[in-house]
Amino acid sequence: MPKDSGIGASSKRREDIRFLTGTGNYTDDINLNGQAYVAFLRSDVAHGTLNGVDSSAAAGMPGVVRIFTGADFEGVGGLPCGWQVTDRHGQPMQEPAHPVLAQGKVRHVGDPIAAVVAETAAQARDAADAINADITELPAVVDMSAALAEGSPKVHDDLTSNLCYDWGFVEENKDAVAAAIDGAHHVTTLELVNNRLVANPMEPRVAVGDYAAHNGESTLYTTSQNPHVIRLLMGAFVLGIPEHKLRVVAPDVGGGFGSKIFHYAEEAFCTFAAKAIKRPVKWTSTRSEAFITDAHGRDHVTKIELALDAEGKFLALRTDTLANMGAYLSTFSTSVPTWLHGTLMAGNYTTPLIYVNVKAVFTNTVPVDAYRGAGRPEATFQLERVIDKAAREMGIDPVELRRRNFIQPDQFPYATPVAVEYDTGNYDATMDKALALADWDGFEARAAESAANGKWRGRGVNSYIEACGIAPSALVGQLGARAGLYESATVRVNATGGLVVMTGSHSHGQGHETAFPQVIAEMIGIDESMVEIVHGDTANTPMGMGTYGSRSIAVGGSAMVRAAEKIINKAKKIAAHLMEASDADVELANGEFTVAGTDKSVAWGDVCLAAYVPHNYPLEDIEPGLEETAFYDPANFTYPAGAYICEVEVDPGTGQVSIERFTAADDFGNVINPMIVEGQVHGGLGQGIGQALLENCVYDENGQLVSGSFMDYAMPRADDLPNFTVDHSCQTPCTHNPLGVKGCGEAGAIGSPPAVVNAVVDALQRGGKDVTHIDMPLSPSRVWSAMNS
Amino acid sequence: MTSVSMTVNGKPVSGDVEGRTLLSSFLRDGQGLTGTHVGCDTSQCGACVVHVNGQAVKSCTMFAAEAAGAEVTTIEGMANADGSLGTIQQAFQDYHGLQCGFCTPGMVMSAAALLAENPSPSEAEVRHYLEGNICRCTGYHNIVRAIMAASGQEVPAVAAE
Amino acid sequence: MHNFELVTPNSVADAVSALSGEDAQPLGGGQTLIPTMKQRLAAPATLVSMGGIAEMVGVCVDDDGVMVIGGATTHAQVAADASASYPALAALAGQIGDPAVRNRGTIGGSLANNDPAACYPAGTLGSGATIVTNAREIAADDFFQGLFETALDEGEIITSVKFPIPEAANYQKMLQPASRFALTGVFVASFAGGVRVAVTGASNEGVHRWSAAEAALSANFSADAVPEAPSADDLISDLHGTPEYRANLVKVLTGRAVAAAG
Repeated sequence: MPKDSGIGASSKRREDIRFLTGTGNYTDDINLNGQAYVAFLRSDVAHGTLNGVDSSAAAGMPGVVRIFTGADFEGVGGLPCGWQVTDRHGQPMQEPAHPVLAQGKVRHVGDPIAAVVAETAAQARDAADAINADITELPAVVDMSAALAEGSPKVHDDLTSNLCYDWGFVEENKDAVAAAIDGAHHVTTLELVNNRLVANPMEPRVAVGDYAAHNGESTLYTTSQNPHVIRLLMGAFVLGIPEHKLRVVAPDVGGGFGSKIFHYAEEAFCTFAAKAIKRPVKWTSTRSEAFITDAHGRDHVTKIELALDAEGKFLALRTDTLANMGAYLSTFSTSVPTWLHGTLMAGNYTTPLIYVNVKAVFTNTVPVDAYRGAGRPEATFQLERVIDKAAREMGIDPVELRRRNFIQPDQFPYATPVAVEYDTGNYDATMDKALALADWDGFEARAAESAANGKWRGRGVNSYIEACGIAPSALVGQLGARAGLYESATVRVNATGGLVVMTGSHSHGQGHETAFPQVIAEMIGIDESMVEIVHGDTANTPMGMGTYGSRSIAVGGSAMVRAAEKIINKAKKIAAHLMEASDADVELANGEFTVAGTDKSVAWGDVCLAAYVPHNYPLEDIEPGLEETAFYDPANFTYPAGAYICEVEVDPGTGQVSIERFTAADDFGNVINPMIVEGQVHGGLGQGIGQALLENCVYDENGQLVSGSFMDYAMPRADDLPNFTVDHSCQTPCTHNPLGVKGCGEAGAIGSPPAVVNAVVDALQRGGKDVTHIDMPLSPSRVWSAMNS
Repeated sequence: MTSVSMTVNGKPVSGDVEGRTLLSSFLRDGQGLTGTHVGCDTSQCGACVVHVNGQAVKSCTMFAAEAAGAEVTTIEGMANADGSLGTIQQAFQDYHGLQCGFCTPGMVMSAAALLAENPSPSEAEVRHYLEGNICRCTGYHNIVRAIMAASGQEVPAVAAE
Repeated sequence: MHNFELVTPNSVADAVSALSGEDAQPLGGGQTLIPTMKQRLAAPATLVSMGGIAEMVGVCVDDDGVMVIGGATTHAQVAADASASYPALAALAGQIGDPAVRNRGTIGGSLANNDPAACYPAGTLGSGATIVTNAREIAADDFFQGLFETALDEGEIITSVKFPIPEAANYQKMLQPASRFALTGVFVASFAGGVRVAVTGASNEGVHRWSAAEAALSANFSADAVPEAPSADDLISDLHGTPEYRANLVKVLTGRAVAAAG
């Protein structure tokens, strides 16, 4: 029987009620008294010298309160990068300034030049359009190879080139890897593109700045996945506001997928302007503006070489990648192609020698940063594609080739040659599960049916692993992170026995308000409805590093468990006093404290009441009250893994790909709420399949964004996707966090693109076409062109 | 500015609008009905779908003045009279048909329009009908199941054990 | 968007009069015009709404067996009301945009805009329809004049469109995956006097007839008779498809339309 509450129950989401009745509180729903509105004048060229800004005509237009330009921000810090990468030669990366409003140059279409604050949004827009920016257009740097070529125009004149860093990992392995590849029985080589994507959460970004003159406190309401991080970055590095004078609130947030981790210029602007004009200032992005201001994702060009022996054993792996940084370094941009990518190149396999080279490149495009999976989809895609190609070249079944190289269950903990140690896993188990659920053996019959309908059917399989639960602070500090990546939680018990958990994790769709109470309810043995989750406001939650990298339950949940354990330990002491027993003999179950071997008991609520009405209370030993805070810093990453299988039909006449079946067997360790976990996988699959078949962010040679709206950027629709078969019954619990959880948010987006491409290549091969690779997205035009070239 | 009157969720309302005032803006800013969301500016995402005289429309692609005299229903008007969730809303909760909630009002309004037109749609019909509603969170899997369930059709359990 | 005055006349005559003002523009369902105005790519001083003109709404078949569709009739209404008499055209209307767009967008608005990837121009040209305005009647062959260009004069309103009903017809549309306009669409109509084939979404010149296919299919109305793909010269190249791919689609979709038309 499935549980109906606590850990493992598919509790219905309590947050749904407000979202289903239109009573959610998103940032754009917030309107403050006296609020003014901002509109930005943005560069419409990709690269140019900004000679001056003439706002005289705009200044006199109706409703204009004040106009800001780069000059207003000369005394203000730039937007910081949160991760310093050290290159192959031990040198720090090149790190350009990133002003809030452009100073001297514009570097991508959408770069903000000036901002108008006016009485209404329409007046602000009208006036912004009347500002005259004098720009001398310069040649745009768009293609990464061209950007690195001798004599290329420079995105940043004060840097030596457009190369941010040249990273080698593990540099000491470089020669050994080369030797192994040179001497191998077989080497499979693949050149591929990991297409540039736009996260496109359905809620566009919004920022509302406010300033209280009476106490000098600034408040920013913003669409963020991590309000404390914004407070730290904006307060300390940009505006110079001490954290105790700055409050950041991220209320209901309509999806993030990475793009709302970063600190953006508009947040700093609204906070700055509110103080300058002593009025609240609001900015609401349009979708068109989002396309040219939200950080983009992926955009890698890679050559990968896999060396194998005659039996198909992986001997060595080498990759060369160009990673697009865009025009400026977004908050975590530099970590994505390096530490979130190179460290995953072992995959699920025992490959002993690996060398990863990444050159990060500045271009005149929107900054590129983490998007769902961040580095790990790029790693998985190249690895699982090259394995598939190797299987075909060597005539080995693609499942069998993977199995021959899987790390075996008795090899954990397993230290890979790329600096991470997997704590636990069972890759054959998820593969077996996926094959069974996908009816792998029934494929030929389905293929025959497809053929009878004039379609080519193909199937693709792959494994994946990811490093989640980001991250051990000491480790990431050594690797260049400029922040710790712990999480914190305060558990406050009220006198009447109800609990409030104030967490640094932030929910923007993940269902924390439902899942986190399930853990507390299980620990104490009370009803989930007695636990409330508070998040998203720096004024009433402890320090928090936020939600990304599938870290909420693994890191934030663990902090909550640690705080709850402190609560329970203290409550046991109070209970022991009330029952005149020894602390050590007190047990807590089903919301009741008992003394082993006696019939003594005291209810949870009575202990809580005693803590706040300490008439009969061990005041000499413990303080009144029942509130505890814990900070949890993980000992290691977590390593969710799994096996995915995709079956497609290709229409030979049009090249149209249709996903007929998709099966995902994941190992997430223990699962708190299966319904929510499955929903996370579905969503990840939607985005991964979107990347594989539909989505493509494209610039032309002048740096103009060609796919700048939903008219050209193809978002997956309901009829683009199939029903999914997902399973999480293979569970090897994480060995180093108290819940044994691994995280599930990114798996679908990481594991699915190679399964889709492998399946399409298989279908084309079965259709008699010698196609070994097609770059994503596999649009009908691209598939047809590959078939007919 | 001209004054425009209409009935919203059964209540007569009026307000001053410019020619360019969109129905979505009239509802959100003028009436405080912030359940209707705006997720794009090219009439594609469907977060703003409301019913005008019983038909689903994108309220960000219709001027408020064009709705003069109309009967408008928004997500705020979809609950039962006693405040409990309506059938479609309840199915979305039961089948986990929403995550961040931003597209949800439009999804519910489109689902209501679909079921009014086609009380027992096939899965393919549901998917096709949602062509104008984009969700970035769910992969649509559970939205489709919620709508099938709301139509009274058999749907597998929400999650594996 | 820039502000403007919205006028809502009740008759064609009042609408024509309102459109005589400076920078006045008709507003159909607004499903293209409003997004365009949000981008500030259009900034009329006056918008004249067709939505309140009852005489411009409706679908009927006249005594000569010609289907007449009012210029302000929505796609949803055509999809529903034309399905018995002209199912291919109803099916085309039912594939435009999405349900909410179809509840607002109108045939007159679509034809007047003449988007090179829109569906209605293919159905109209493929049917050999006649566009009726407040001033005159214009044959479809004369109406479409290239990208976003039509024979309409300033201030001229499409009051109705007359569709001769073919013996067999079908519309095949390959979706542009983002906009859901036609990446390429082909409308085939077989009349007693011959076959018409109209192609949208493929050419830099907008909707056009594929005369080679018309000749071949007029002689033998079967999918096997569809000629080789047309030249890719002057076909659209964008991130969704190459000219060669579109040329292939013209051929493949024509064959499928003929097969489906039966």
